[in-house]
Amino acid sequence: MTAETGIGARVRRKEDKRFLTGTGRYVDDLPLARATYAYFLRSPHAHAKIKKIDTTAAKAMPGVVEIFTGKDTADAKMGGLICGWVVKDKHGEPHKAPAHPVMALDTVRYVGDTVAMVIANSIDEAKDAAEAIKVDYEVKPANVDLARALDKGVAEVHPEAPGNLIYDWEIGVKADVDAAFAKAAHVTKLDLVNNRLIPNAMEPRAAAAEYDKGTGNYTLWSTSQNPHVLRLILSAFVLGIPEHKLRVVAPDVGGGFGSKIFCYNEETMVCWAASRVGRPIKWTAERSESFMTDAHGRDHVTHAELAIDKDGKFLALKVETIANMGAYLSTFSTAVPTYLYATLLAGQYTTPLIYANVKAAVTHTAPVDAYRGAGRPEATFVIETIVSKAATELKMDTADLRRKNFIPSTAFPYQTPVALQYDSGNYPPIIDEAIEIADYKGFEARRAEAKSRGKLRGIGFSSYIEACGLAPSQVVGSLGAGVGQWESAQIKFNPTGNVQVMTGAHSHGQGHETTFAQLVHDKLGVPMDQIEVVHGDTATTPFGMGTYGSRSLAVGGSAIMKATDKIIAKGKKVAAHLMEADVADVEFENGTFKVAGTDKSVPLGQVVFSAYVPHNYPHADTEPGMDENAFYDPANFVYPAGTQICEVEIDPDTGVVEVVAHTAVDDFGNIINPMIVEGQVHGGIVQGVGQALLEAAVYDKGTGQLISGSYMDYTMPRADNVPSFKLGYKVTPCPHNPLGVKGCGEAGAIAAPAAVMNAVHDALAPLGVKHVEMPATSLNVWQSIQGAHRAAAE
Amino acid sequence: MTFSVAMTVNGKAVSGKVEARTLLVQFLRENLGMTGTHVGCDTSQCGACVVDVDGKSIKSCTMLAVQAEGTKVTTIEGLAPSADKLHPMQEAFRENHALQCGFCTPGMVMSAIDMVKRNNYQLDEATVRRELEGNLCRCTGYHNIVKAILAAAPAMKSAGV
Repeated sequence: MTAETGIGARVRRKEDKRFLTGTGRYVDDLPLARATYAYFLRSPHAHAKIKKIDTTAAKAMPGVVEIFTGKDTADAKMGGLICGWVVKDKHGEPHKAPAHPVMALDTVRYVGDTVAMVIANSIDEAKDAAEAIKVDYEVKPANVDLARALDKGVAEVHPEAPGNLIYDWEIGVKADVDAAFAKAAHVTKLDLVNNRLIPNAMEPRAAAAEYDKGTGNYTLWSTSQNPHVLRLILSAFVLGIPEHKLRVVAPDVGGGFGSKIFCYNEETMVCWAASRVGRPIKWTAERSESFMTDAHGRDHVTHAELAIDKDGKFLALKVETIANMGAYLSTFSTAVPTYLYATLLAGQYTTPLIYANVKAAVTHTAPVDAYRGAGRPEATFVIETIVSKAATELKMDTADLRRKNFIPSTAFPYQTPVALQYDSGNYPPIIDEAIEIADYKGFEARRAEAKSRGKLRGIGFSSYIEACGLAPSQVVGSLGAGVGQWESAQIKFNPTGNVQVMTGAHSHGQGHETTFAQLVHDKLGVPMDQIEVVHGDTATTPFGMGTYGSRSLAVGGSAIMKATDKIIAKGKKVAAHLMEADVADVEFENGTFKVAGTDKSVPLGQVVFSAYVPHNYPHADTEPGMDENAFYDPANFVYPAGTQICEVEIDPDTGVVEVVAHTAVDDFGNIINPMIVEGQVHGGIVQGVGQALLEAAVYDKGTGQLISGSYMDYTMPRADNVPSFKLGYKVTPCPHNPLGVKGCGEAGAIAAPAAVMNAVHDALAPLGVKHVEMPATSLNVWQSIQGAHRAAAE
Repeated sequence: MTFSVAMTVNGKAVSGKVEARTLLVQFLRENLGMTGTHVGCDTSQCGACVVDVDGKSIKSCTMLAVQAEGTKVTTIEGLAPSADKLHPMQEAFRENHALQCGFCTPGMVMSAIDMVKRNNYQLDEATVRRELEGNLCRCTGYHNIVKAILAAAPAMKSAGV
């Protein structure tokens, strides 16, 4: 291994060549002989009873192969889609679990709900036929306003969830928190909406399936972040196809951001229908379908209060949140606003008492589930907005108030009042570094200079904590998770010395083929070009949990390290035999086994060859072959942390907000490939800036129509919405995984919204503007400015 | 009703039967099996489908296959001069980690090449950001894409492409 290619090196990605030359292989790219094409007819109504579906004319259309409706799935006794995390409410009762039929049976519950599946010889013929399906709907009142979803008299989404309540959940002791508030010198209060977002991975969801009549085997290609979990759900709960007869392949996947974790209707139907049609079926979402039916993110209405003593120390935090689940409970939806949100409310601070109450509501909108950060951005937004507001109210420097309340570096491992035990961290140097990079000291001069140009300049901080690599399995199980949270790896040497590394994690942009290869290269000394990382196919990789929650390196990378340990241990036995030495004297370094204190050595390649051609081999205690499996179940979450500082300039005449500078300093523990980590941070920041300034999923409150249903209505961040970023790192290695790594995938998106909005509020404060909701579009900002002008005039 | 179309794609004469409504991108992907050009939206916003048609940068989801009759089309598959050598823009994307999931990449690279040429190999950051208006990326935050394009401009000039 060399410094250019090992751990810590900016190794250029192995996967890039195929993506840059147009030879990547995404689901829609698959050439399947005799393929048919599926198109889904969707509900145009947010809430309606289906009185009748007439497919007669459609079935007679040219090219139509088959049409399925909910009745067919009921006749086939197909199971419903599941929610894989059982949250118990404050009385210890499991959450309400309304049925989630794969195709609508007698009711549609959101615009885009699946009504019929048309399969034809071409996609155009399928779409033509879908237009000829006659559906008789009885339209009913829709419930799409989250703030009112739990009110009396609002249309109910499911009979199983009276009053639209899925659970009323709490953490912390309310009486203790109330007592602390009674003693507070100052209380800061905040009402906020965490805006609903649409994930918008650039590759739309897609599925293709093929059934082999001779063997009874199904193959499903899906844009999945976790093919084994998808297979498990389809096999055990929905379709009943035995796991060993169903192969799920997630080939190149064009981004996920959470939205491709879940088990969806369409892939389920495509898989099921493949055996009925007897030909392969392909389906790819159009972008408008992605907008309507990909699981959305965020969507909270929150009231928070922070109690502070006379010295500026936080005494207690109280949070009340209503979280939107959408029309059906998606795969991990219930966990997001509870165990991934409220347990993060301590942030980086020593706040000794925290109480959070979360009510989850169903509405006539698309399902809501994990989206980049999943609960943690929502928590960070609450904490970092209220802390900045408190600093303003107390006339304290916003950085000083944070520093005063940081968990000291000597206090780790640190038990928060909301269940988590932070394993490691050192927060003051992070904010110091961010302040240095962002030139916080020079800010007032920049504000004055902007003012001379008629612009309002503001600065905002956000000091986030993240819990990623959800673990350990025993703990998540006790909290209601239906799965374990370990990861798998297999290191399989070939006789000629090159190596395949099978991982249960899945790469859809994260660069695992490079980062994971760096690990093996660094540990075993095999050249980078002799290492192939294999992922995304249940037929070739060990069962794994996939990629989400910034877990792949901390959990999946650790599994790979465990497997390399096993390779080295076995290799030592073989090498000892070859060198006629004692195993205890054999050392392994840079790809070579050596006998300590002698000049005897044998390279790994020769050991591998001996393992496959075992003519001279320690057969008595060693099996042939060099192929090791490992499973890694972490001892704890990992806890990355950081501070972002955003500077904005606002044109008071138009309300246009420009992000003029953005700094991020993170502690991700040890870093394997800084180039890839920086890319993750850049992308995350822009998703956070998008939430803060541009993006909002909007449903018409009367009809429940999705108004922001295309790229002409939903503002995606573009290159000219953001500047180039300034990044920095601090390292406190994770103490409990073999690599000392934390996670970096979500940090940018977690911290950025609060940094941006705090900057917006800082910029607008001189005008008397108190609060702007996300997204701070020019319209929102301009109206806030006008409101402040009116208030001042009165 | 079907129509016959013929055009030159990446230097090779190609032809096929299409419907009047068949888009150029469908022709490339379905008829020719050239799946490097991607479809990321249905409103001509995302730019994943950008190709070069007779020297002009075109969103191939906005052009009918029959409109491309007789044209010379270059796609992402036709850029690299050889199996082991990339176009300077492809190389700059690789060198600057300007791609993650790779889905927007073909359109980004095609647009970027056009941008460099139209601006006579002279670009600054503000221009690059403004000119990327028609290409969406959800992974990279654009930071490294901008860097790559700025790096590729002089490299393209000196390579004479």
